[in-house]
Amino acid sequence: MGVPRSASRSLVLSKRAGRIQRLGSLAGKGLLLAVTSSSVLAVLFIFYFIARDAIPFFRSRGVAELFTALEWYPSGRPPAFGALSIFVGSALVTVGAILVAVPLGIATAVCLSDVLPFRARQYVKPVIEMLAAIPSVAYGFFALVVFAPLLQESGGTLLSAAGWVVGAPVAALAVVVLSELATARCRGAWQPAARWGAAAALGVAALLGLRWATRGLAGLEISSGTNALNVSIILGIMALPTVVSVSEDALQAVGRELREGSYALGATRAETVVRVVIPAASSGLGAAVILGVMRAIGDTMVVWMASGNASHIPKPWYDLTQPVRTLTATIAGDMGEADHVTGSERYSVLFALAIGLLVVCFTLNLLSEWAVRSTKRRMGR
Amino acid sequence: MNRLVLWIGCIGLLLGMPRAAMAEEARLVLDGSTTVGPLAKAFAEYYMQQNKGVNISVSESGSGNGAKGIINSACDIGNMSRAMTDAELKAAEEKGVKPVAHVVAMDGIAIIVHPSNPVKALTLAQVKDIYLGKVKKWSDVGGPPLPIVRISRDTNSGTYEVFEAKIMQGDRIAAVVEYVGSNGAIRQRVQSTPGAVGYVGLGFVDRTVKPLEIDGVMPTKETVATAKYPVSRPLYMYTNGQPKEGTHLCTFVNFYKTAKGKEITEAIGFVCPPEK
Repeated sequence: MGVPRSASRSLVLSKRAGRIQRLGSLAGKGLLLAVTSSSVLAVLFIFYFIARDAIPFFRSRGVAELFTALEWYPSGRPPAFGALSIFVGSALVTVGAILVAVPLGIATAVCLSDVLPFRARQYVKPVIEMLAAIPSVAYGFFALVVFAPLLQESGGTLLSAAGWVVGAPVAALAVVVLSELATARCRGAWQPAARWGAAAALGVAALLGLRWATRGLAGLEISSGTNALNVSIILGIMALPTVVSVSEDALQAVGRELREGSYALGATRAETVVRVVIPAASSGLGAAVILGVMRAIGDTMVVWMASGNASHIPKPWYDLTQPVRTLTATIAGDMGEADHVTGSERYSVLFALAIGLLVVCFTLNLLSEWAVRSTKRRMGR
Repeated sequence: MNRLVLWIGCIGLLLGMPRAAMAEEARLVLDGSTTVGPLAKAFAEYYMQQNKGVNISVSESGSGNGAKGIINSACDIGNMSRAMTDAELKAAEEKGVKPVAHVVAMDGIAIIVHPSNPVKALTLAQVKDIYLGKVKKWSDVGGPPLPIVRISRDTNSGTYEVFEAKIMQGDRIAAVVEYVGSNGAIRQRVQSTPGAVGYVGLGFVDRTVKPLEIDGVMPTKETVATAKYPVSRPLYMYTNGQPKEGTHLCTFVNFYKTAKGKEITEAIGFVCPPEK
C-alpha cells in the first residue's frame, strides 16, 4: 500500500476512460479501413455494374455464341454476336506488343542500370519516360497517317532492316557462346584454333540464315498498312516506358552488396548481370512485363484508329500483316449507336465484351501477384 | 378580308394543334432517322435563333420511329431516310392521318479508290461482290494485280446504312472489311493505300481520291439530286397533311428551300433536292 492514491489514479485508467480510448482506436481503425477499402469497393462496383448490363445479353443469347462463333454483325438483321475473332485479335495485338516491348524494355533497363555510366542514365531515363507522356491519340494518329502508308510502301524493306538490326547481335552472341561450348572439351595448343574455326563456320551459317530470313521479309507485300503489325509495334513503343521504368527500378533495388559479392567471387560483369542481378530482380521484371501487357491490352485509341477493325482471324493466324479487331476498339466504336437503344442486345453485348476484358486483366493481375510471391519465397525473403 | 382568313387560320391552328400554345410560342417535335437528324438539328438551331420563342426538339431513334410518330400523332415531323412502306401508309389511313412527304435533301455516297488506280467504273453488282469478299483482286474488275483493301464506315453511321441498303441489299459485308470511324478517315485511308476502295458522302470527295462511275453514272451533285446515280436516296420529313401556310411548321418544313437552308444542307454533306 505504498503507492499514493493520486499516482495510481493517473497510471491506471478508469474503466470509463479505457472504454473511450478503446472506442477511439476502434473508430480510427474503422475509418482507415473504410478509406482503404474504398478502392476495393470501386473495383467491386465496376464488376457489379458491368455484369448487371451484361447479364441480359447472356440471358437472351446464351454464352456459347459470344466465345465460339466467328460472325460479328451486331447491326445485322438478324444480328450475329460471335466475338471469337475479336478475342483473337486482342490476343494477337497484345502478344505482338509484348514481343516488341519486353526484349527491348528489359535490355534497355539492364543497360541503364548496369552498363551505362550513371551520368548517361540520368539523361536517357527521363527521355524514355517522356514516351509515356504522349497521349495515345497522338500515337494513333501517327500510326494511321505516317506508319500505315510507310508499311504499305516499303514494309518489306523496313522489316528486313529490322530483322538485321535485331538478328545480327543475337546471332553474334549465339555464335560466340555456341563455339565456346562446342570446343570446351578440346584441350591443349590447338584449342584456340578449333574455337576460331567453329566460330567462323557458325558465323557463316548464321549469316546465310539471316540473309535467307530477311530476304523472305523483304519480299513481303503489305496491302493494308492498318493491321496487327502496325498496332503491335506502336503499342510496344507505348508500353516501353512502363517496362523500362519498372524493371530498371527492380534492377536498382537488387543493391550493391549482391553485385559486389558476385564480383568478389570472381564473376565477370556479364555473369553478374545474367546470373545474379536478373534472377534477383525477376519478380520486379515480371511485374514490369505484366504492367506493359496491361497497357497494351487496355489501349483503345491506337487500335481503333490503326488496327483496321476487321473482325476476322488472320489466315494463317500468326500473319500480323492482316487487319484485326480488338475488344477495346469494338466497345468504343459501337457504343455511340448502341447508346440510343439502351437495353437492346447490341448494347448489352458490349458489356459482355467488357466483362471478358475485365476477367483477362484481373487474371493477369493475379498471375503477376502469384509470380512475385513465388519468386520471393524461392529467394528466401 | 385576307387578314380575316389569316385570323381564322390562326385560330384553327390553335384548336387543331394542342401542343402549340400560342402562334408565337410554337413547339415542334421531330423524331426519326439518325441520318436526317443532324440536318434537322442544324435547321432547328438556326430556326430557333431567328424565331425567339419557338422550341424545336429533335430526337433520333430511327426512320421506323419517325413513321410511328406521325401515325400516332406523337410528333409534328417524322424524319425518315426512306419512304413510308405500304404497311405504314395503311396504318396511317386507319388512324385518319394523311402523311405528306417533303424531300428536304438528297443523300449520295461515292465509291472512291486511290488516284493511281486505273479502274474508272464499276457496276453495283461488282461493288457488292467486292464487299462480299468474292472479288479479291483489282485485276478481276479490270485493274492492276493488287489485292483489294476494302474499307467501310462503322456500323453506327448513316453512310453505312445507305451502303448496306443500296449495295449490299441485305447480304452481309465480308469479315475482312476494315472499319473506320469517320468519312474523313475513309478518305485518308483510301488516298494513302493504292489497293483501297471505300465509300464516303458526296461532300467528302476531293482531288486526293478518285470517285468511280457506278452503273455508268458519275456521282455529282446533279446526278445525286435527280437520283440518276444509283447509290443515292431522298431524305424525307413527313407531316400529317400539308402544313398550313404561315405556321412555324410550314416554314420549318420548307426551310430547306431557302438560301440558308441550302447552305446548311451542303455544309452537312448532303445535296439539295432539285427545285420543281
